[in-house]
Amino acid sequence: MERVPILKIGEILFVSIQIDLQDDSVIRLQEDLADELGATGAHGVLIDITAVEIVDSFIGRMLTTIGSISRLFDAETVLVGMRPAVAITLTELGLSLGGVRTALNAEKGLELLNGKS
Amino acid sequence: MDVDDTSERMAAYLRDHHDKVVGRWSELVVAGVRGRTSREEVQRELEDLYTLIVRVLSGADDHAAGELTAALDELSRGRARDGFTPSETALGVFSLKEAVYELVADSAELVPEYVAFTRMVDDLGLRTFETYAVTREQIISDQATAMLELSTPVVRLWDGIIAVPLVGTLDSVRTQLVMEKLLDTLVATGADHAVIDITGVPTVDTEVAQHLLKTVSAARLLGAECTISGIRPQVAQTIVSLGIEFGDIATKATLADALALALRQAGLKVVPA
Repeated sequence: MERVPILKIGEILFVSIQIDLQDDSVIRLQEDLADELGATGAHGVLIDITAVEIVDSFIGRMLTTIGSISRLFDAETVLVGMRPAVAITLTELGLSLGGVRTALNAEKGLELLNGKS
Repeated sequence: MDVDDTSERMAAYLRDHHDKVVGRWSELVVAGVRGRTSREEVQRELEDLYTLIVRVLSGADDHAAGELTAALDELSRGRARDGFTPSETALGVFSLKEAVYELVADSAELVPEYVAFTRMVDDLGLRTFETYAVTREQIISDQATAMLELSTPVVRLWDGIIAVPLVGTLDSVRTQLVMEKLLDTLVATGADHAVIDITGVPTVDTEVAQHLLKTVSAARLLGAECTISGIRPQVAQTIVSLGIEFGDIATKATLADALALALRQAGLKVVPA
């Protein structure tokens, strides 16, 4: 099983997904992220999905779940770098990713998170 | 009586009376085109057709039939582009029968030949009809493609603010196209505000609204905020009476209002110079 690394940069946890997400790696990521949030007390989570070309409803729900978990630790989640095709797919699936903020790229995502804190 | 003999005799007859028949045929056709094509051009086209018809009738070579069809298709396509109705084109071909009939009317021994000949001309006339329909469909589909390309520009209003002026009815194919173009432009320019202007959309029903909402939520997933502008009074009434909810999507009466809102959200202020 491939693992997604979680990087801590200041008060923010940075997750860049660069693998084809399998269901078990997704669950592992949720667990790791929850552990990390508890351990570091980070205020924001930045998830970069620039490299993700295919999403399904499961991954869509995973992103929402991560948003909900983070909120329990008083951290905000920002999703960055979504490809147009992925956005269209998610819309067609009827997923609007409530509770997760989005930004065009990592830079704007960081601005969003830092503007809050 | 052998069929081949019949058409060969007809071919011989037509060859002998070449000038007379073509002359009369051109006269009839020229009367029909009413100045849309020059007399010389008509004469040249008919001359070619006539020669091919005679070649087909004489049965001398195998290529003649194919060449005749091609020539007819070409003629019909040209006529369709010049705005002739299919009836006019077909009548032009049918008038060959009239031209020949005027000559053979006196000679009773040519009746079977003439009947076979008219059958062939009928087929040729119908062929022009078919080609006309095909050509028309081609023109229509070309225009539809051209319109689709024309009608979905994405323009940059300001740094970080882009606009999509929509003109015409919004169906699912166009929505898809608009959505793709809008999202690609958002990514390419790094814009975080998009204005969808629907001034040019004649009617907004539940389907169109659904398409708009989809576009907006897809743009939101990329992290861009969308404003819908150009809502006309009638459209507003329709939207309300249909019970369509735009939720938390900002709507504005004009593109200018939407631009002002976007500038404000970007922290910019317009001041008199």
